Amino acid sequence: MEHLIPQLSIFVLACFVGYYVVWSVTPALHTPLMAVTNAISSVIIVGALVAASAATGGSEVSKWLGLGAVVLASVNIFGGFAVTQRMLGMYKKKERKAPAEAK
Amino acid sequence: MTEVIATTPAWVALAYLVAGVLFILALRGLSSPETSQQGNRFGMIGMLIAVGTTLIVHGVGLPLIVAAVVIGGGIGFVIARRIAMTAMPQLVAGFHSLVGLAAVLVAIAAYLNPAAFGILSADGSDIATSSKIEMGLGVAIGAITFSGSIIAFLKLNGNMGGAPILLPARHYLNIALLAAVLILVGVFGLHTPLLFAIIVVAALALGFLLIIPIGGADMPVVVSMLNSYSGWAAAAMGFTLQNTAMIVTGALVGSSGAILSYIMCTAMNRSFISVIAGGFGGDAAGPAGAAGEAKPYKRGSAEDAAFVMKNAESVIIVPGYGMAVSQAQHALREMGDLLRKEGVSVKYAIHPVAGRMPGHMNVLLAEANVPYDEVFELEDINGEFAQADVAFVIGANDVTNPLAKTDKSSPIYGMPVLDVEKAKTVLFVKRSMGGAGYAGVDNPVFYMDNTMMLLADAKKMVEAINKDLG
Repeated sequence: MEHLIPQLSIFVLACFVGYYVVWSVTPALHTPLMAVTNAISSVIIVGALVAASAATGGSEVSKWLGLGAVVLASVNIFGGFAVTQRMLGMYKKKERKAPAEAK
Repeated sequence: MTEVIATTPAWVALAYLVAGVLFILALRGLSSPETSQQGNRFGMIGMLIAVGTTLIVHGVGLPLIVAAVVIGGGIGFVIARRIAMTAMPQLVAGFHSLVGLAAVLVAIAAYLNPAAFGILSADGSDIATSSKIEMGLGVAIGAITFSGSIIAFLKLNGNMGGAPILLPARHYLNIALLAAVLILVGVFGLHTPLLFAIIVVAALALGFLLIIPIGGADMPVVVSMLNSYSGWAAAAMGFTLQNTAMIVTGALVGSSGAILSYIMCTAMNRSFISVIAGGFGGDAAGPAGAAGEAKPYKRGSAEDAAFVMKNAESVIIVPGYGMAVSQAQHALREMGDLLRKEGVSVKYAIHPVAGRMPGHMNVLLAEANVPYDEVFELEDINGEFAQADVAFVIGANDVTNPLAKTDKSSPIYGMPVLDVEKAKTVLFVKRSMGGAGYAGVDNPVFYMDNTMMLLADAKKMVEAINKDLG
């Protein structure tokens, strides 16, 4: 049970960090925000790797479930980061030669 | 549990912490488009560190795992390259479902092979009670995320009608299911494999039932909410695996989704509970407003619209979901360019819930090469409509309805709206006069003297206007 308290502390503090960081995200980037949070939540792949690489003592089923989860999480990681990058690449500032905007 | 912590080398714990911090920086970068790409790179590095650390610690070089990553990564990469920007909402919903399913699979794998995850109780005979409860929570949230996201995906992708599906007694059913899941997770500490299976099935059913009664235009809230759930699922699994990176990330994603849901609800002046309870925007939802005699309105042609805008000094463009449906963003940008050549000032005004997910319109305009500093949020531009010569509304409706400010009986009363009616002329692109907006409310802007209705498909209309401008 003792391990729970340090973990809970990290969790609660991270919630606060998340709260303040996300409020500072500009509304124009809310779609990339969802795409990137989606990619990073696939950090669950860590658990999938543990299951898939468990050499001994475990059941075969557990290993294959782990491998399945590795595939799913990889789709998300690569897809999520790539699509975020693609979207962010489209946000451009006005070119300087833009005519007579000051009107 | 202490022996588990003792066997984890310090550098591993630190590496996961670094990964967590890099994820925070990834979100931090999104505070402005200039820093956003840098932020995304931080996120990728963080993921690399997390995965690399795990591989080293668990002594992996298994070809199977590499194959799994290559297959999954390849699929993900190709999808990310090919997907149309208009399909972004369903893509995100689809990705959420994968996170949910992965969480379920990992939880089951951990349950079947607890030794590998280091979650056996002190005497090594069974899974530790606290780990079981965390695992139960993880699997339940993961399952809800999975089935809920599948439904959201089908609705957004058009495989399933956008209209809400209302089951009798659904509120009681949902509450009963939720209570059952929570109780089972609590009791699960006492163990039996059957209970674990029941939790999974009940949570899957709950996710399904939660989303089917929610209509299309409430999807921004739903997608944000599922985003949040996928984070909580990752956090719960992080507790099970005692992994800092997962806990931190889960908390970040969870709060991010929750904040987005909150912003979307505020932008519709509806409570989160009422959105989740669903049923809004059904066929029968339209109150008296839409009924009755046909009111007179002015219909215009593309030529008229081109003439009015060419002679204007300032035009504010208000895009909505209809622009996304007809893929009119490129034609619209062209129109903006042509107008600017005539010396007209052009700006874009975005309502927070325009489209089907937060920021949907901004991405589409960015795709069409509209510079982001010409695109303004509601509170930044609303004061400018009064000075604008033309408000060009394209594919939006409810977000421009002035009844939201005046009519207390209106279902959208209190929702912040764009003050398009204050512009000297309103050009309103709409497919036909027939369909009222999503909320089933008639929009008085249609019948104003200074409104010209442009009844046609959004893209075709804009292209016709461009021809006359060019």
